[in-house]
Amino acid sequence: MKILALDSSGLVASVALVQDGVLLGEYTINHKKTHSQTLLPMLEQLKGMTELQLEEIDAIAVASGPGSFTGLRIGSATAKGLGLALDKPLVEVPTLEGLAYQFYGTDRLVCPLMDARRNQVYTGIYEFLRTREGCLEQQALVDQCAVDVKEIIERVCELCKDGREVIFLGDGVPVYEEILRREMKVPYVLAPAHKNRQSAAAVAALAEVYYQKGKTVSAAAHQPDYLRLSQAERERNEQQTSMARKEQENA
Amino acid sequence: MREDVTILAIESSCDETAAAVVRNGREILSNVIFSQIDLHTVYGGVVPEIASRKHIEKINQVIEEALRKAGMQLRDMDAIAVTYGPGLVGALLVGVSAAKAISFATGIPLVGVHHIEGHISANFIENPDLEPPFVCLVVSGGHSHLVIVRDYGEYEVIGRTRDDAAGEAFDKVARAIGLGYPGGPKIDKLSKEGNPDAIHFPRAKLEDNAYDFSFSGLKSAVLNYLNGCQMKGEPVVEADVAASFQKAVIDVLVEHSMHAVKEFGYDKFAIAGGVASNSSLARAFEERCRKENIKFYRPSPVYCTDNAAMIGTAAYYEYQKGVRSGMDLNAVPYLKLGER
Repeated sequence: MKILALDSSGLVASVALVQDGVLLGEYTINHKKTHSQTLLPMLEQLKGMTELQLEEIDAIAVASGPGSFTGLRIGSATAKGLGLALDKPLVEVPTLEGLAYQFYGTDRLVCPLMDARRNQVYTGIYEFLRTREGCLEQQALVDQCAVDVKEIIERVCELCKDGREVIFLGDGVPVYEEILRREMKVPYVLAPAHKNRQSAAAVAALAEVYYQKGKTVSAAAHQPDYLRLSQAERERNEQQTSMARKEQENA
Repeated sequence: MREDVTILAIESSCDETAAAVVRNGREILSNVIFSQIDLHTVYGGVVPEIASRKHIEKINQVIEEALRKAGMQLRDMDAIAVTYGPGLVGALLVGVSAAKAISFATGIPLVGVHHIEGHISANFIENPDLEPPFVCLVVSGGHSHLVIVRDYGEYEVIGRTRDDAAGEAFDKVARAIGLGYPGGPKIDKLSKEGNPDAIHFPRAKLEDNAYDFSFSGLKSAVLNYLNGCQMKGEPVVEADVAASFQKAVIDVLVEHSMHAVKEFGYDKFAIAGGVASNSSLARAFEERCRKENIKFYRPSPVYCTDNAAMIGTAAYYEYQKGVRSGMDLNAVPYLKLGER
């Protein structure tokens, strides 16, 4: 089984190819150029270097959100185009799950932090548990969400009060490092360079698990999970709520 | 005999998700358009983020339908064409990314197309006799360009708007008289019940370039007129305002265009873009061109507003000239006509 994976949810552009539990290639760039200019040339390189026949792919995996709205759409539109042209299904890997999966096997909790602006982070809290069948599975203690960084720190401290430690990673770490230092009341570590940003290899590896469980979608049906409304929708909702409140007060 | 060239074209520059299959530039095998207009109406205009989200939701469906309606498959295509600018960057990126992925996965060459070039080329679809050179007026919600089409793919922009695009002025005036979005078709319809000579609104002439447009002064004049009526307690006849405003826009467009056609010595003139579907505008140009002995061309309304068939037509001539785009093709929101 071959899975081609893409992640362009953040500043990192990453593509990878996995076959039956083995990583055949990964290409990750964290540089200025836009994903629109890098992602397809990277795929071309990966295809060339791994001598990949695209028809051999079983599924296309994509980091399906949250993340930068535009970044997500570049990844999703690319995955959808590939799925359409190759007539293959897509595997949607939630961005935070893909990030956390890099720490497969750890006893610590894993808490990826993506800077979501407006003082918020896209985050989640994950751990690895042994299933009845004896394999190790990533479980969410807190599902991916957009919250204030202090709120997720509180949750982590609460979950770690029995002495567990936590690993933080993601582009939100440098943004909120100061707050982490101040607010964290339990031991924590920050992930090193090779494991602290999005990785399409992790997306591909987790997609293998999902694919085997039958968790695929058609290329036509896939769309990113933004976790947030557009600004215009948000403002319109706020306006309507405040109008409704005023009407209630007047009544 | 020449081989057929069949092109799959994709367009997502604003609020229409569209795909089409075009053979040899002028034969439309399918033309599928998903219009998002209802989604944006409550906001009084196109919201870029909402448009982009809808594009990603619809893109595959629209492409698959275009292929199905043409009775063809991807492997029958000679090129994949896509609008890469100008337009809303987030919206453009959906079409560009999907088109690149399809091109990469199939090995079918990619041709990036300029959106305005598409609008101009819409005239080729139903007019087999139309060949460059000619003068074309492109008027839409985002663009007002007076262009000399020297040859296929060779353009010289001789006039453009200094402020609002013609369609933008329609939207703003429609909002002011309570018609809502989109303004163009609504003003066109209401104008039919009004007197175009009821109110005299100014026609802007620019000293330094006779071919440039300015519509913001006209828009302000309409708003001032409405305010004045309100202050004096006079009733506003919306249909008269709409008809008089529309006539002012049309007069300027016609004058500038005819001036250009004569000055540069052409005998063919075409209109293009969303505003070109305005019935009064088309009639005014038709009459004037007949009087001046100029051959007049216009696309059917469906090819005036955004569509992918026109992108496929433009792409055909670029493809024949050997134009191919790379996998690093990016969306260019302010792409200039004639630039690559």
